[in-house]
Amino acid sequence: MIKVTIDNIEVEVEPGTTILNAARQIGGEVVPPAMCYYSKLPGTGGKCRTCLVEVAAGSTADPRPMPKLVASCSTNVMDGMIVKNKTSEKVHENRGGVVEFLLANHPLDCPVCDQAGECHLQDLSYEHGAQKSRFEEEKRTFDPIDIGHTIKLHMNRCILCYRCVHVANNLTENRVHGVLNRGEHAEISTYIENAIENDFSGNMIDVCPVGALTDKTFRFKSRVWFLKPMEAECSCTKCSGKAVLWMFGNEVYRVTARKDTYGEVEDIEGKPGWICNECRFEKKDTAKWNVTGPRVVDRHSVISQGKYETKIDSPTKNIE
Amino acid sequence: MKGRKLLIEQVNIPGIETFDVYRKNGGYRSVDKAIKTMSPDDVVEEVKKSGLRGRGGAGFPTGMKWSFLAKPEGVPRYLVCNADESEPGTFKDRYLMEYLPHLLIEGMITSSYALGCNLSFIYIRGEFMWILDILEKAIAEAYAQGYLGKNIIGSGYDLDLRVMPGGGAYICGEETALIESLEGERGNPRIKPPFPAVKGLWGCPTVVNNVESIAAVVPIVNDGGDAYAQIGIGRSTGTKLISASGNLARPGVYEIDLGLSVEEFIYGDDYCRGMANGKKLKACIPGGSSVPILPHYLVSKTAIGEDRLMTYESLADGGFSSGSMLGSGGFIVFDEDQCIVRNTWNFARFYSHESCGQCSPCREGTSWMEKVLYRLENGQGNLRDIDLLAEINKKIEGNTICPLGDAAAWPVAAAIHHFREEFEWHVTNKEESQTRNFGLSKEPVSA
Repeated sequence: MIKVTIDNIEVEVEPGTTILNAARQIGGEVVPPAMCYYSKLPGTGGKCRTCLVEVAAGSTADPRPMPKLVASCSTNVMDGMIVKNKTSEKVHENRGGVVEFLLANHPLDCPVCDQAGECHLQDLSYEHGAQKSRFEEEKRTFDPIDIGHTIKLHMNRCILCYRCVHVANNLTENRVHGVLNRGEHAEISTYIENAIENDFSGNMIDVCPVGALTDKTFRFKSRVWFLKPMEAECSCTKCSGKAVLWMFGNEVYRVTARKDTYGEVEDIEGKPGWICNECRFEKKDTAKWNVTGPRVVDRHSVISQGKYETKIDSPTKNIE
Repeated sequence: MKGRKLLIEQVNIPGIETFDVYRKNGGYRSVDKAIKTMSPDDVVEEVKKSGLRGRGGAGFPTGMKWSFLAKPEGVPRYLVCNADESEPGTFKDRYLMEYLPHLLIEGMITSSYALGCNLSFIYIRGEFMWILDILEKAIAEAYAQGYLGKNIIGSGYDLDLRVMPGGGAYICGEETALIESLEGERGNPRIKPPFPAVKGLWGCPTVVNNVESIAAVVPIVNDGGDAYAQIGIGRSTGTKLISASGNLARPGVYEIDLGLSVEEFIYGDDYCRGMANGKKLKACIPGGSSVPILPHYLVSKTAIGEDRLMTYESLADGGFSSGSMLGSGGFIVFDEDQCIVRNTWNFARFYSHESCGQCSPCREGTSWMEKVLYRLENGQGNLRDIDLLAEINKKIEGNTICPLGDAAAWPVAAAIHHFREEFEWHVTNKEESQTRNFGLSKEPVSA
């Protein structure tokens, strides 16, 4: 075990742990935000640059600070490393810069976006964004393409985290979608508008941090914060069959995988609890599920407001 | 012409692109010498002694890079020659490969022997299709003469050499993007560490070197590392190819001893012979489009009044406030009639177009800068845009996966730093700026 200090909190972790995962072991506010890293998907991370942290001392053996900010999701900890996240002015400033970049071409169409309320980019801008955009140019747009009857791709909202590409790499045999073009014209697409059709493609929706990939069967049905999340299970042969039903009254509006504090799918019996398309899109009926109880949404986001139990203190408490 | 030439001495010999003529003129001596009389470690040692620094732009000592190569048992190692020369203003590798293909192949054989590689690659820029043909022809000759293939010149050492064309993306000149591209993937730079010396091509230890660095191994092995280290000043040893372009009387590719003064290089009779049409020098970019631009009063002299020399150290003297970098040796000169704003926009457009789009600061930042600069150049800017550009720069620099973000940010930052007056003039004199150029900038009083 090696010792690392993050924002003055010491933690012991296994060698080979990344700074981000070490911070997640501490939990709370010292955890850097991550838009592209997804612990259940090998190969993700390093791209969005929101998890940049300052390394004030490299290790006990070599206590020099690192000259640049490093991506905490892809930098391994060393024994005696001292990391500054929220205590670093430089991190705060540059993370604000990254948020500004991510929002520069983002359509900011939250009022009509299905992801609103559970969007990582919303949370990130709330915490690190500026009040006003300095981007005065015309926003970049993409021609819409159809990728099948269950998933809606809204490329203008995409932040190119590559998570969905890694879903295809890791969960399915033949990847039909990827990134086309370069630079600001880079886009998630399929070759000549192929439909993405395989049993686990729906997980792309769950991993998408923004509203670029949404559930066509749930489109414009309801705002997520009006729905009640319920834990449910079914006997599915393809997946674990453990999911969350998002209900309005007795009606099932949508089905998602069970997600943890960081918006990642929870491990179920030691394996990531991805759910199959049949469970996600075709079982919108409580008769097909065994509802086991309410789902606690433990996330620092609008979606957790007013739900059964939250980690966020009531805003009125601070006013008093 | 003055100065010694270690690399391009024989370039004018008719038929030098064929094996026979090249061999007659002393070619492949380094292969004979290395394989017959030296151990691989001896060759690495000579390269270390020579002080040769990477000629692709970063200037990292080649010998040291070689010694970092991991050598686990039973795992192949690869040498990849980076011939994806696409930096605006740099055309030295093209010249070398086009006229002296066997020099590169000789360097590849000697270097591969030193590193213990049995399969090496030349990754060539996709636009250089005619050079691909030249190289493949030369490689076929080398195979026929027993310098490539199984059991090279009877020594028991096997080496295969392949030329792989890229798809024409600037980003594939970054070593990890190049490796991805070689593997047949999209040319996105990898996240480092692990570095290619540990985990590169197909997960094996890999060295990626520039064409000129590989070519320089030939004279180093022939004459010894110490002799090579005699040339140059301090840690800048040997000779360097400089591709001079812009408003010069005689632009072209020159081989210089590192340590030549910039003054001599621009105005000397043996080199560029001064400015074209008797115009005045306005600015100079000494190392390809990604390095900071220097205004005329900082070209021949540094900020503290010393002569500026063509070395890694002297060109960088003064840091980013009054210095630049030797970079890849793409020496671009501007005369008084050139518009710095337009030129900065042009470079920004290039980087915006060539950004791979993987990490957010570079993808969004480069295109944002390009749009702002386009407005400034076309008389639609305002004064706060100039500060905005400087701000965007600061947020890109150092926050990206690969150096392309820095390369996009530095020229803009330096142009604003040195030519702020001209940028402001574009805003305050919108109509006039569309009809004429600003002219020479004034030297700051304190300088």
